[in-house]
Amino acid sequence: MEAIRRLGEAALESLRTLGSAGTFLFQALIALPNPRKNFPLLIQQLYSVGVLSLAIIVVAGLFIGMVLGLQGYSILVTYGSEQALGTMVALTLVRELGPVVTALLFAGRAGSALTAEIGLMKATEQLSSMEMIGVDPLRRIVAPRFWAGFISMPLLALIFSAVGILGGHLVGVDWLGIYDGSYWMNMQGSVEFWDDVGNGVIKSVVFGAVVSWIAVFQGYDCEPTSEGISRATTRTVVYGSLAVLGLDFVLTAVMFGGF
Amino acid sequence: MTDSSSAQPANLVEIHNLVFHRGKRAIFDGVSVNVARGKVTAIMGPSGCGKTTLLRFIGGQLRPDSGRVLVEGRNVPDMKRDELFATRARMGLLFQSGALFTDLSVYENVAFPLREHTRLSEDLIRELVLMKLEAVGLRGAENLMPAELSGGMNRRAALARAIALDPALIMYDEPFAGQDPIVMGVLVTLIRTLREALGLTSVIVSHDIDETLSIADYIYVLADGKVIGEGTPDALRASESPFIQQFLNGHPDGPVRFRYPVPSFAEELAAAKLKAGGRN
Repeated sequence: MEAIRRLGEAALESLRTLGSAGTFLFQALIALPNPRKNFPLLIQQLYSVGVLSLAIIVVAGLFIGMVLGLQGYSILVTYGSEQALGTMVALTLVRELGPVVTALLFAGRAGSALTAEIGLMKATEQLSSMEMIGVDPLRRIVAPRFWAGFISMPLLALIFSAVGILGGHLVGVDWLGIYDGSYWMNMQGSVEFWDDVGNGVIKSVVFGAVVSWIAVFQGYDCEPTSEGISRATTRTVVYGSLAVLGLDFVLTAVMFGGF
Repeated sequence: MTDSSSAQPANLVEIHNLVFHRGKRAIFDGVSVNVARGKVTAIMGPSGCGKTTLLRFIGGQLRPDSGRVLVEGRNVPDMKRDELFATRARMGLLFQSGALFTDLSVYENVAFPLREHTRLSEDLIRELVLMKLEAVGLRGAENLMPAELSGGMNRRAALARAIALDPALIMYDEPFAGQDPIVMGVLVTLIRTLREALGLTSVIVSHDIDETLSIADYIYVLADGKVIGEGTPDALRASESPFIQQFLNGHPDGPVRFRYPVPSFAEELAAAKLKAGGRN
């Protein structure tokens, strides 16, 4: 009986959190845009959230592409179809690995930083003093950070996929000696722009919204102590990663499951 | 009670019968406080009695369980979001930690309220910022980052930011806590100057007796969620209430107990022994 009661309590508690996270996001985003003030803030966040994540995305993309090239070659060569390596590498990247791995790396690199930054602002009363100056921290602090994550994620995922395809080329063509033309030709012939690239972009847009939402909410909602901030940062990475993997399955089933 | 329907009530802030609970603990249990225009009102009391929380009600950051918080005759908890933010723009709050924005320089910190609430030209903003920094003795430090400031400079920079918009009301949250005697003296002088030169209505929350008594016009003493004494500094000094005497003179024992409320140590030891004996 006690176990059931506790289960119900936990369920209600998580519903309550979801509700407050929803109204939180709504309040942050529902505002008349003021380009003169908001645009510079957004640019600044795009830099720290997006541009500064580029290095990890490019390096990770290169290695994943190279691994795909090696693994793909060793499988395909047994069937004598190693010429299809370009197709395999490209489809794997634009459909799955590009959006998913980018989102996971993003949650670790940028999401945790957002949470820690906002949490520390809360702990040092900066959010509170902003409120007392008569400026809404939801609009001033939270909104530009959310939008920056939302905008950067698809761009980072595209860069990840592009670099990965080059990495696959490096291994497959330059090292293992597949014919250069067939790497690109087969890819060109079988990767559909809307069905493959388009769906991959939709995925990363969804991941961008979810990961940024979790990151800014965890920061804003954290207990304003050093321990609370560390727990919130961990939660951002854990919840963010789990949400990305779970949603990826749902989105894949909707996009590619219609056999 | 004053007539709050007139255009200019004599009290800038009136708190009537404020009740507020945190969990089951009553932080305020019917507190009434008036802040007269152009005067320095101090709120004193032992640590943890909710002095700072009271400022959060005036700023509308917390909602009371019951009671009214009138600022310029309007009830803060009833205000809509926009109205509340407009009201806040007319108050300054000096946080205990200063709460400067760590990613902005001292100059940008002081300019922040001006940029957000006015459409002044950059030249005019510069002039105003330097004026405020001059008033707190920090002109020349405008390009430093908050991390480069000492504790006293940090608080003075925060004060410059709090008065940037020439508010009608300024609230100081423990302005003297953790400062060396020189900085304390500087702050006392600043608070007095602001009030005399600008006619600023001030609220000071503090438990530094000497400094507060020397600048306050009227003092409220809070304890256990209630106002247990009020009056001018002289009236308080002459008060016969044992609690106020304990507080003002810093006696370790009196109506406020030094120990956390638990059964006496001897009883607890006896009970433990009894329990241990029962098991054998």
